Amino acid sequence: MEDIGNLMQGFAVALTWHNLLFMLVGILLGVLIGVLPGLGGANGVAILLPLTFSMSPTSAIIMLSCIYWGALFGGAITSILFNIPGEPWSVATTFDGYPMAQQGRAGEAMTAAFTSSFVGALFAVIMITFLAPLIAKFALRFGPPEFFAVQLLTFCSFVGMGREPPVKTIASMMIGFALAAVGLDTVTGQLRMTFGTTALLQGFDFLIAVIGLFGLGEILLTMEEGLSFKGKGGKINPKIVLQTWAKLPQYWATSVRAVLIGCWMGVTPGGATPASFMSYGMAKRFSKQGAKFGEGQLEGVVAPETAAHAAGTSALLPMLTLGIPGSPTAAVLLGGLLIWGLQPGPLLFVEKKEFVWGLIASMYLGNIAGLIIVLTTVPWWAAILRIPFAIIAPIIVVICAIGAYTVHNNMFDVYMMVVFGVVGYLFKKLKYPLAPLVLALVLGDMAESSFRQAMLLSGGSLKVFWSNGLVGSIVTLALVILVWPLVSRLIGALRTKGPSAPAPA
Amino acid sequence: MSAPEANARGALGTRWMEVVVALLIAVGGGIVIADSVRVGFTWGPDGPRAGYFPFYIGCLLVGAGFYVALQTLLHWRKLADRTFVTRAELIPVFLMLLPTIAFVILVGWLGIYVASFLYIGGFMLWQGKYRILPTVAISVGIPVVLFLVFELWFLVPLPKGPLERLIGY
Repeated sequence: MEDIGNLMQGFAVALTWHNLLFMLVGILLGVLIGVLPGLGGANGVAILLPLTFSMSPTSAIIMLSCIYWGALFGGAITSILFNIPGEPWSVATTFDGYPMAQQGRAGEAMTAAFTSSFVGALFAVIMITFLAPLIAKFALRFGPPEFFAVQLLTFCSFVGMGREPPVKTIASMMIGFALAAVGLDTVTGQLRMTFGTTALLQGFDFLIAVIGLFGLGEILLTMEEGLSFKGKGGKINPKIVLQTWAKLPQYWATSVRAVLIGCWMGVTPGGATPASFMSYGMAKRFSKQGAKFGEGQLEGVVAPETAAHAAGTSALLPMLTLGIPGSPTAAVLLGGLLIWGLQPGPLLFVEKKEFVWGLIASMYLGNIAGLIIVLTTVPWWAAILRIPFAIIAPIIVVICAIGAYTVHNNMFDVYMMVVFGVVGYLFKKLKYPLAPLVLALVLGDMAESSFRQAMLLSGGSLKVFWSNGLVGSIVTLALVILVWPLVSRLIGALRTKGPSAPAPA
Repeated sequence: MSAPEANARGALGTRWMEVVVALLIAVGGGIVIADSVRVGFTWGPDGPRAGYFPFYIGCLLVGAGFYVALQTLLHWRKLADRTFVTRAELIPVFLMLLPTIAFVILVGWLGIYVASFLYIGGFMLWQGKYRILPTVAISVGIPVVLFLVFELWFLVPLPKGPLERLIGY
């Protein structure tokens, strides 16, 4: 059990006072980000990334991943108390969480939400602990075709499993790839799509895109909805917490399903948002109280929250082992690793053992710390939400602008952020998904170079992607997932068109 | 707006925006293709050229853009009742967007601290209808906190303008 020993060493790294402090700061900042509209996990981490440049990579990634956990927890507070999902993955939490708050059971709902988030994340971390070293070891044998195949799988699962129209997913993804190609081509040294300007030489940094698309875009949407925060009081005390904890074990089946859905959707980059919806839908279908969902069922809070956190956490598994992030936030964390000179991927487990295991250990600790912190500080966060939007909106925009500027100390990036903000607003309204754009922008260079290397190996023949069992099965799986929407529509059409089958007696 | 773009309630139909954005995406794809052809998208003497990969990206963009536009045009009648945004909703969006554009332009000119003061203060006075005292307190307080956190604590330099130069930064 070499891994257990490594993990213990990781705990030793994470448990220094220094790192515990960063963990605490990270969680608090994360909850703040999760609670505020327009700031979310992805752009919050992106904005705070430059602040960590001077820290040691281990402390920095511990703080950043704790910001992520905090943001996951924070989203639930606004959903339940204000019926405003702070994060897309907590939309499903509003369905039953807000009715519960209206009935004066906000404390119960929040305890359930935080606890199930914790459970979901815990199982995902356990999965990471045991699977990550195996996958990393396995992936050491990967060549360019295999890497491209895994990347293809990532992108195909977006198209096949996303909730948005597949064509729009493709369009959004290709925009990401096209933006990634701007600038210097590292292989041939040629300039691509710079059109003679110097501003475009550097290309587009995905951090800018994240801050604009998710930050400013969200603020514009919020303005349009013209919402005024009218929240329910969030009383929470130890008695409510204990009473709710006593009720939770009866929903074990829902939790198990939610964990499985979450882990699956997180590893294959479905992401936390579809995972939470899927889990809510499944819980509704299988629960005895299914018909009462939407009226304030505790189970309806447990299901999406567990799945969202399981997905959010397990998204880090492919990021660490293969260098392929499973969610936009994981992509930002990956960007951070690259900035600190750490190349995520199988080699990271060999070369930077203490870093990897310190991070994994901090996932355990960060989630425990997060649970305790959010349970004790809820009233305070609820108070922050009562700050009027006319004050909070310009402050958030200022913070976004600072975040965009500090990435490269470049004013052009700040202007681009505004452009991305408008694009984010339009795309959100027209149901173009934003996550594929960001992931394609992050992975664009990597995907392109592994594709070109694979092509070089084979002399330009696509047969290389079926040259051995491993790469062949990944590519085939990717293509099956890609065409899945077509297939399922076809099956659906055949069913409705075909002669009505005799109903089973 | 005159003709079919706006219906009686002053709302912009989703179908119009849908087609416009889809065509813009297709145009973007066209630009990518054109540039890939310029740098060469074929197989060079030492392997694939610089435009090899982006060329197909551009093709997919053009395809996806035209597909969405075509789909919208095919279902034009059916989509008539969907509104993208009403005039009442669009006003607050522009009330947010225009000051933000002004803000980022000011950042390049006056530095982030003075620009933030003007932006937050202006926003609170104009949209929040706050009185002078709370407005000044917050719009001065936030830039000061930012200055302490970034310039002094984390040593991250932010854009500065004439005022900062005056006090020696």
